[in-house]
Amino acid sequence: MTGNLVEIRNLRVEATTDSGRRVEIIKDVTLDVAEGEIVALIGESGSGKTTIAMTLMGYARPGCRMTGGEVRVAGVDMVRLSETERAGIRGTTVAYVPQSAAAAFNPALTIMDQVIEVARIHRLMSATQAKAKAISLFTALSLPGPETIGDRYPHQVSGGQLQRLAAAMALIGNPKIVIFDEPTTALDVTTQVEVLRAFKAVTSQHGIAGVYVSHDLAVVAQIADRIVVLKDGEVQETGTTSEILKDARHPYTQELLAAFRPTVQERGPENEAATSGPLLQVDNLTVGYGARLRDGKPLVSAVQSVSLRLDRGRNLGVIGESGCGKSTLARAIAGILPAHAGDIMFNGRALGKAGRSRTRDELRQIQIVFQHADTALNPAKSVEDILGRPLTFYRGMRGNARDARISDLLDLVRLPKSVRHRRPGELSGGQKQRVNFARALAAEPTIILCDEITSALDTVVAAAVIELVKELQRELGLSYIFISHDLSVVEAICDEIIVMYRGQKIEEIAPARVKAPEHPYSRLLFSSVPKLDPTWLDTLHQDAEQVRTYCHR
Amino acid sequence: MTKPASSDRPGIRFGYRANLVGLSALCIILLWVVVALFAPRIIPHSVGEIVDADFFGPMSRDLWLGSDYLGRDTFSRILMGARYTLGISLAAVCIACFSGVALGMTAAVAGGWYDTVLSRLLDALNSIPSKLFGLVVVAAVGSSIPALIATLSVIYTPGAYRFARALAVNVNTMDFVLVARIRGEGLPYLIGSEILPNILGPVLADFGLRFVFVVLLLSGLSFLGLGVQPPYADWGALVRENIGGLPYGAPAVIFPSLAIASLTISVNLLIDNLPSRVRDRSVE
Amino acid sequence: MKKQISSLVMRRLLIALITLVIVSFAVFFATALLPGDTATILLGQSATPEAIEGLRNAMHLNDPAIIRFLKWIAGILQGDFGTSYANNVPIATLIHGRFANTMKLAGLTAAISVPLALTLGITAAMWRGTLYDRLVTVGTIGIISVPEFMIATLAVLLFAVYLRWLPALSFTNEIKSFHDLLRAYAMPVVTLTFGVSAQMIRMTRAAVVETLNTPYVEMALLKGASRPRLVLKHALPNALGPIVNSVALSLSYLLGGVIIVETIFNYPGIAKLMVDAVSTRDLPLIQTCAMIFCLGYLALITAADIIAVLSNPRLR
Repeated sequence: MTGNLVEIRNLRVEATTDSGRRVEIIKDVTLDVAEGEIVALIGESGSGKTTIAMTLMGYARPGCRMTGGEVRVAGVDMVRLSETERAGIRGTTVAYVPQSAAAAFNPALTIMDQVIEVARIHRLMSATQAKAKAISLFTALSLPGPETIGDRYPHQVSGGQLQRLAAAMALIGNPKIVIFDEPTTALDVTTQVEVLRAFKAVTSQHGIAGVYVSHDLAVVAQIADRIVVLKDGEVQETGTTSEILKDARHPYTQELLAAFRPTVQERGPENEAATSGPLLQVDNLTVGYGARLRDGKPLVSAVQSVSLRLDRGRNLGVIGESGCGKSTLARAIAGILPAHAGDIMFNGRALGKAGRSRTRDELRQIQIVFQHADTALNPAKSVEDILGRPLTFYRGMRGNARDARISDLLDLVRLPKSVRHRRPGELSGGQKQRVNFARALAAEPTIILCDEITSALDTVVAAAVIELVKELQRELGLSYIFISHDLSVVEAICDEIIVMYRGQKIEEIAPARVKAPEHPYSRLLFSSVPKLDPTWLDTLHQDAEQVRTYCHR
Repeated sequence: MTKPASSDRPGIRFGYRANLVGLSALCIILLWVVVALFAPRIIPHSVGEIVDADFFGPMSRDLWLGSDYLGRDTFSRILMGARYTLGISLAAVCIACFSGVALGMTAAVAGGWYDTVLSRLLDALNSIPSKLFGLVVVAAVGSSIPALIATLSVIYTPGAYRFARALAVNVNTMDFVLVARIRGEGLPYLIGSEILPNILGPVLADFGLRFVFVVLLLSGLSFLGLGVQPPYADWGALVRENIGGLPYGAPAVIFPSLAIASLTISVNLLIDNLPSRVRDRSVE
Repeated sequence: MKKQISSLVMRRLLIALITLVIVSFAVFFATALLPGDTATILLGQSATPEAIEGLRNAMHLNDPAIIRFLKWIAGILQGDFGTSYANNVPIATLIHGRFANTMKLAGLTAAISVPLALTLGITAAMWRGTLYDRLVTVGTIGIISVPEFMIATLAVLLFAVYLRWLPALSFTNEIKSFHDLLRAYAMPVVTLTFGVSAQMIRMTRAAVVETLNTPYVEMALLKGASRPRLVLKHALPNALGPIVNSVALSLSYLLGGVIIVETIFNYPGIAKLMVDAVSTRDLPLIQTCAMIFCLGYLALITAADIIAVLSNPRLR
């Protein structure tokens, strides 16, 4: 066969919006994938990377149509084929590993049933042979209990395991190329390492080509041979991995790389804070859910005896993986979820545990900003109403004074005046998060609790929001408690970092020692964060004992 | 700028998109509303007047829909019947939906004992088949028009409550309600300003559906002789009185049914084809 | 797992029981509100004040309401439904035959409508968006929107008046052959089937379409599965719970439809008995018939709820 395994030429895809308008979402894209090569499609959300990847199977999501160009896979143009012919190619020549394996597995069927389904649909081999092959794939992907894991149902298996099972499901038909659609985005960093290793091993062993879709440059750097940078449905730049990482030419690629390494700001001297006493002091806080047991402890303890201290003008970061209790901690401090035990002292005075037992002023001074701006902003209200309400409520502002203050707030968060009359549904993710922030600022607080505010945003947009947060601190003298699972974000802003695991604070890291944690879990966590170095994954050594203890495999 | 730049579909005006089916359904409904309002002024013959010596007379130029079992003009009786069918149903569904939505929202936001007790009680009411309840209660308190309206409202309040409560519970879990709560906002503000605007759309659709249920139940009760009593007649009662004409295929027994069908089908079509607000994400 | 399932089921049954108590309370008091003093009505011509007082005492009508309610419940639990006011016959005998008749009608309707509706609903979902689907959708909306007496009258017009295939009224007493049976039952069953099937088709279709819109069905499509395979192997196992739920709910619709149908076609069932009892204000009969209806309705709704809970695959 001459040429490449995959050849996309001048691809155009159109989508129909709710109003009936047709918008071109993929504009004249051309790219190649050679045999055995892994090509990454990098871009932010809306760049069209998943749409392009899916055209390799001749599939367009409902509402989208392939309107032009050709997509040749192993010589066959997927655009021209009939639906039945496309079905014949899916699973056999081209296979797909979905983004959320948990959603992609049918909860009513066993795992083995679904893994060997491709073999059954296309009659590639008998059921017994398929099962044997599946088990060998499970072993190759380092899954626990490969002989029996197939008999389980999807909800009985963890996320990381499901992701690898999805890979086995894709490989069972011996495809020539596999599409990986952001497969590790939903996983914790510590799990991600294992899964990435498994993918890399299996694809190189069988010489399978791959298209890896992601927004995370560091992850992609570990596994891809070539990178294609996309924005708004157009190719911005292509090149080998090392070319892109070291010698990017296109301004957009440079912007992406810059967003990846946020600048760590010089932190001011610690002396100032010590004289005036801590702004916020939390002692042995225990927060939980469910009924109270006989000894007063809650049924499920989300936070166990955590203590922390925040000084005026400083920032505290709380980092940990999903389920460690960091969000619960923030909510307890804000008064949303009353703590069961422990004390919270604000400016030397004890705070009531529940919001109801605090004064309006105390509630005003500690504000919380949530992760998902879509649910944090009332979709039925305009930005003006959303920002105006706290002003009226806390300060009794009305009329012109209120309008002027709203304009001030919009300026503070660098939003244009035209946003005032819009509803949240008409704003982008970054804009919504800024409005979210402005609403917190409207109360003129002292402390802002940032609960994973950048986790739902694209890297470039998130970097801009982080810059905004830093500027606001300088201008308004705020103090932050910054909660995240993303270490780079926390390092960029925070003076001190607390590491949490399963509800407990396991380490407190002062500014000077941020690069060298002591506790084994912290070390494991920090070392699992991918770096922009293609050799990082291969040279990574993590103690197997620690991995077993701390990770949900 | 929220106006779409180019429009491929006809009917895009002021950012709304309407379609033909929805519009025609709306016209039919409005037509019946007008008829109900002005019936006494537009009927050609008085409703009690016997205009035909023959009963179950055929459709003619003078009697557009023929005559009924006593020789009265069917067309006029149907037009007058619109007042009762629409009037009673509309009154009942307004009361039912208003109380149901108000109670549902309060239960969702307040939670606790209030919610549990109210939900159990209303669920129990919901467990009585509506026709049965209607039968028994109407037999007990009579078929006067206020009694009918009251009975119908009580039967359909639990359904409106359940629906509104489910919607409100969903909205209640959103972060923006949490933000308002932690600000210290009170119950009335939470219900009126945060929750209500977000459930208004589906609640209105439910209103329409419930209207259809009420019309059908009212007609059914009248058909059994327990609804609107003579000399007044709504469409269901008209079918009842003229049922003797069925073997002859008389228009007097068919057309009242068709009137009911036209109203209920139009409401259903309108709900399915509501003009939808176009809110495209504009370029920043 | 087993403990979780059985506790969920027990909870549901307990709620049903509480509801039953509240409902029987409501029925009792609604009928107790019926106008006209019962004793006066019964005595008719010979209603002198002393006679009325005497009868009231004999019938315990002067006891406080709660006592009467409890006595009534006690009676029911022992199988004593009281005596009909209208014709002084024990209600149990009156109901017996009629109940069986209504059950026959309901049973026949269910036997026909369930397979019909399931097939139409599932196939309409399988080929959603096609002309077939649109026809089915329009048809079911049309049927659901109109009152049952309209379907009945149209059926009579079509089959009895124009085509003359079937008799307009049902004569269940003169059945000598299978042919007679068909002719007698055809119209009531046809009318009821239309209504019940329409509800079932809509709900079944919605349940299947909802499972077809999931990520795992999309994944199966991306593995190369064909449409029938997607529906039968992937969607149906997950839609089974909601489908059975919709079958139970649609069958509860029968309880309302049967009232109209038995009246129009003069069918000697329990619904017609109740409608007649309401016109003659026969208190005990109304109460008993109402309780039977409510019991049936509650049984169906509770069964539907329990099935919905059990069908959650995470409970395995």
